[in-house]
Amino acid sequence: MVTANKEATYNSAIEGDIVVTRLDAVINWIRANSIWPMPMGLACCGIELMAAGGARFDISRFGAEVMRFSPRQSDCMIVAGTVTYKMAPHIRRIYDQMSSPKWVIAMGACASSGGMYRSYATMQGVDRILPVDVYISGCPPRPEAVLDALVKIQDKIRREPSGRALFKEENKG
Amino acid sequence: MTAASTAASTAAPTVVSVAASTAVLTAAPVSISAATAGGIVAALREKFPQDADKITPRASADHPAINIPATAAVAILTHLRDAHGYDMLADLTAIDWAEGASPRFTVVWHLLSVASAPDASASGTSASDAHAKPGSYLRVAAGCANDAEPEMPSVAAIWPGANWHERETYDMFGITFTGHPDPRRILMWDGYPHHPLRKEFPLAGVEGELPDPEVAAETKTKLIAAPMAGGPFVASSGGLNIGENEPRAKDESWNENAEKPKAEGLKG
Repeated sequence: MVTANKEATYNSAIEGDIVVTRLDAVINWIRANSIWPMPMGLACCGIELMAAGGARFDISRFGAEVMRFSPRQSDCMIVAGTVTYKMAPHIRRIYDQMSSPKWVIAMGACASSGGMYRSYATMQGVDRILPVDVYISGCPPRPEAVLDALVKIQDKIRREPSGRALFKEENKG
Repeated sequence: MTAASTAASTAAPTVVSVAASTAVLTAAPVSISAATAGGIVAALREKFPQDADKITPRASADHPAINIPATAAVAILTHLRDAHGYDMLADLTAIDWAEGASPRFTVVWHLLSVASAPDASASGTSASDAHAKPGSYLRVAAGCANDAEPEMPSVAAIWPGANWHERETYDMFGITFTGHPDPRRILMWDGYPHHPLRKEFPLAGVEGELPDPEVAAETKTKLIAAPMAGGPFVASSGGLNIGENEPRAKDESWNENAEKPKAEGLKG
């Protein structure tokens, strides 16, 4: 390769040995350890979600500390709280604006099933409008449970055939 | 207030049973508040002679309470604010007495006096005498004339804080506040066809459409009646409850994917 810029080329003195791996393993390794959550804090669960981000529980140990309030920049929606029918379409629209691949955590009893709100105003589970990957029990769940759900999402991501999805016809372009 | 009204009730003791005082809601209750409400009723009757027969004391367990006619509501409430010192509207709500009752809907204003009485020499003796003590409440109620399409004049021009209270009362009860600057729903979305706090509306809700038709078409989801599972909270120790003292919902959840089970299939 003829180039004046030596920094951009492979330099065995700096880089060392080449590592050979599978495409799935590399992609999933990157995705699983840099989940950027979309904090959909709708009720008291949102407070526990904040605690999970704080120093004591420290969600950054799992690479998910970058809470993004723009759906364009996030890839895991954490639905934390009571989903009312009035709010539900907005949640779905925000989910639609997130770029693929994306995952959903239903945090707490309300997001999972309507919880104690058996009423005219409350959607009985956010899974009626979103594809939920992990449900967390609790009212509200402890921050450890949020971290546990995050680890479960990571396990799920590590099993995905990510490389094959890259070359699917509908994903080209 | 307490000392004066206690003296009044000991001077003229009256025995009225609890059942009678709750059944006849317009009757003057035997309580500390009755004397105070009587004073305001007398003052208002003097000020509004054309509505004198419709200004009555109202049964109350705590604060003084009066009934007023809806037609003169704004004038009377303005007078209570300006001449009697009830300068704050603490709450505005309504009662649905259920279908068949007339008046079916009663609007209730909770007034609170915050400011002290103005100086007697500056404003005249009578105004100072009528002024409520700071911290005292007055409950004012008026029935809506139309039971099918209830209406009540808005007080948002007198107390700006009434704006959202009236929107909520419209949202929940369907009472239209005439003259309201922004008569929209506040809790449910625009276009929601029901008023949820009306007596005939079930707590679980009724079937309907999501607010956003695009999302409804995409997700094929609609409003469903929530599974009540025997009530919002079940304290009875049924077959599915773990502890007798632990209130918990029986596990009877159902939705459009899992049909409501038949009654004979349930335990207990």
